[in-house]
Amino acid sequence: MDLEYGPQYDDFRAEVINFIKENENTKISGPPRSDSRIEWQQKLIDNGYFARSIPKEYGGYGGDMDIIKLRIIAEEFAKSPIPKPAGGQGIQMLVPTLLSLGTEEQKQAYIRPTLRGEILWCQGYSEPNSGSDLASLQTKAELDGDEWVINGQKIWTSTAHLSQMCFILVRTEPDAPKHQGISYLLMPMDAEGIDRRPIKQMTGDSDFNELFLTDVRIPAENIVGSRGEGWKVANATLGHERGSLADPNVTQNRLNSLIDLMKNETIDGQRVIDKPIFRDRLLSIQGRLMAQQSNALRILSSQINKEQDANLAKFIVKLQGTELRHELEGLAIDAMGEIGTLYEDSPHLRDNGVWQMTYMYYLGLIIGGGTNQIQKNIISERALGMPKEPKIQGA
Amino acid sequence: MYFGLSEEQKSLEENINRFLADNASLDTIKAVANGEEDKAQSVHQGILDLGLSGLVIPEEYGGLELNMLFATVVAAALGSGTAPVPYAGSYVMAPLAINLAGSDDQKNQWLPKIAGGECVIGVGLSEYVGAREDAGIEFSNGKLSGRCLFLIDGKNADAYLLANKSGELFLVEASAPGIEVIELTTVDKTRTSIELILKNVDADLLSGSDNKSIIEKVLDAGRIMLAADTVGAAQVMLDKSVAYSLERKQFGRLIGSFQAVKHMCAEMAAELEPCHSMIWHAAHCFDNVPEEARLMACQTKAHISEVGQQISKTATEVHGGMGFTDELGLHYWFKRIGLNRQLLGSPELIREEAGRLQGFDQ
Repeated sequence: MDLEYGPQYDDFRAEVINFIKENENTKISGPPRSDSRIEWQQKLIDNGYFARSIPKEYGGYGGDMDIIKLRIIAEEFAKSPIPKPAGGQGIQMLVPTLLSLGTEEQKQAYIRPTLRGEILWCQGYSEPNSGSDLASLQTKAELDGDEWVINGQKIWTSTAHLSQMCFILVRTEPDAPKHQGISYLLMPMDAEGIDRRPIKQMTGDSDFNELFLTDVRIPAENIVGSRGEGWKVANATLGHERGSLADPNVTQNRLNSLIDLMKNETIDGQRVIDKPIFRDRLLSIQGRLMAQQSNALRILSSQINKEQDANLAKFIVKLQGTELRHELEGLAIDAMGEIGTLYEDSPHLRDNGVWQMTYMYYLGLIIGGGTNQIQKNIISERALGMPKEPKIQGA
Repeated sequence: MYFGLSEEQKSLEENINRFLADNASLDTIKAVANGEEDKAQSVHQGILDLGLSGLVIPEEYGGLELNMLFATVVAAALGSGTAPVPYAGSYVMAPLAINLAGSDDQKNQWLPKIAGGECVIGVGLSEYVGAREDAGIEFSNGKLSGRCLFLIDGKNADAYLLANKSGELFLVEASAPGIEVIELTTVDKTRTSIELILKNVDADLLSGSDNKSIIEKVLDAGRIMLAADTVGAAQVMLDKSVAYSLERKQFGRLIGSFQAVKHMCAEMAAELEPCHSMIWHAAHCFDNVPEEARLMACQTKAHISEVGQQISKTATEVHGGMGFTDELGLHYWFKRIGLNRQLLGSPELIREEAGRLQGFDQ
């Protein structure tokens, strides 16, 4: 057991701290893809604080894949108000997919502008009748000369209104078994025939969209992997999404805010944190979070020490993390009582209503990214070796 | 950076597991539980032969001078085997207390004997943590009087390590006049529990223990050990649940193919897997990160007690009616986890302490 990163990283940390100090007051402004955002993103890449291990020829920094350095960058950036590197589904999901499965032309065309924030991506996976059973998706694409013609409907498409491109799963081999009939295509969002409708959520925001696709034509070469291999291509990226939804270090920040809140809120003049049952609930949540943080250290360690097994430890992060976060936000609401139900711009509102907003948002994340029930199937089948449900005839 | 067990720690774990598999079968456990105490003695001798009694004792007193992570590995392995042997009290808490707070004479008198497997020390800290039945001991003129309940590893012990309410620690020889031992019967028959009644008994104060930091350190160690014991036991209950679900058929299919059963197992795994990391982390903090060690030990014991309770219930349910039988014997793990939960503070009591530690009172 050794939780030190080692003195060989001291210089690197000093470098990161120095960069942050020099650039702490950087302001980026304007909508996504504004010049100042792209400039900042490029500066982060040039210094190796973003896209660190992505080859130079594709627009990355071209550095070594050193997990500890990535960790140090994240730690130091988190401590500072400095603008953070951009995220999003293009960077988190598409870029890793293209790097491992894309053609040379696709890598050249898409990775650099995606990293720079010039191209934003949305994900066209779920359909109204294909949620948890994603592989049953029916949106179809047919090859017509040198073009795919896409028809169908997608749902839960985040940021579709901001995106230039969509990585989309479509059925191209209608006669093949369902998992083998899917292809992974890259669809420009300005193509003719894409109708987008925002979905208003329980939070009041509209982060998602429905996409209606009618005779959308895209070039035939916009396929990643071969025809019918889309399921495999997509699964290479789903893993990237699951790990990112429930970082215990972010939850730790929320716990600290919750402790402050419970010290400030009073009932009949008594601080909520001095009420034993409230305090016990708070401490239970802290105990669970500490277990998840220990689990995260083990996962980090397994990325550095390749021989170390943390398979099950990784499978449970999304399930455990989203449930805990939802409960944590819910305790804050209980601590505030009626005040906890205030929303939007109400008098007496606390923290801009972020507790209610996040409480609901995390219920969304319990469902999204593979529902937590699907997570339990995955844990039981892939980590515990339990059998799949028998197939129903014809499904 | 490496977070996990070393090769040495893994091989220690394997050695204990192998020894217990060969020498402490379920039949042996059942026999011990039904009163055949001699069956426990050979298991005890076996763990002494593996050097476990001297694991945390400094080399100069004949021990192996290994750290708390090694002790955690041992406790988890003993929990997984529901091993009917003394450990957390006699071989971790007692030598730790003597080493931290004893005089040179006291160390020389006791540590080599513990390391050599020549003596067992029962540990009674319950009254410091939270006195029940108005129990408690008073010390005056070198003599202890009063009552201690729920000693860990106390039955047939050669001496006792006892705490008064202010956290001072005393050593008492079991043969000293004025001691009455009352055997307590808990649900967990794989370990013993006793009550002591003391009337003017010669006692040896551990002079360094006037400072509460000693008893707190000893409690931290004990709590990590009990949490590790629970993690080991709970892992076996989960493993047995998955294995049973892949044998038992109903409605023409393995019950492990029903989502109701799969989700119960997945929930157990999701709760338990981080607990392995948590006990390692707590042990690491105990040895290396003093400012985090107390909170970590408290929360580890409290959280793992909760997870243990959930798993012992769910695993029993996965086994259906068989889970309720003595024949299958799953209840030995259930009860082991049940006793660990209450010893040295139930989760609620420990969380109160964790709140005070963080200054929530201020």
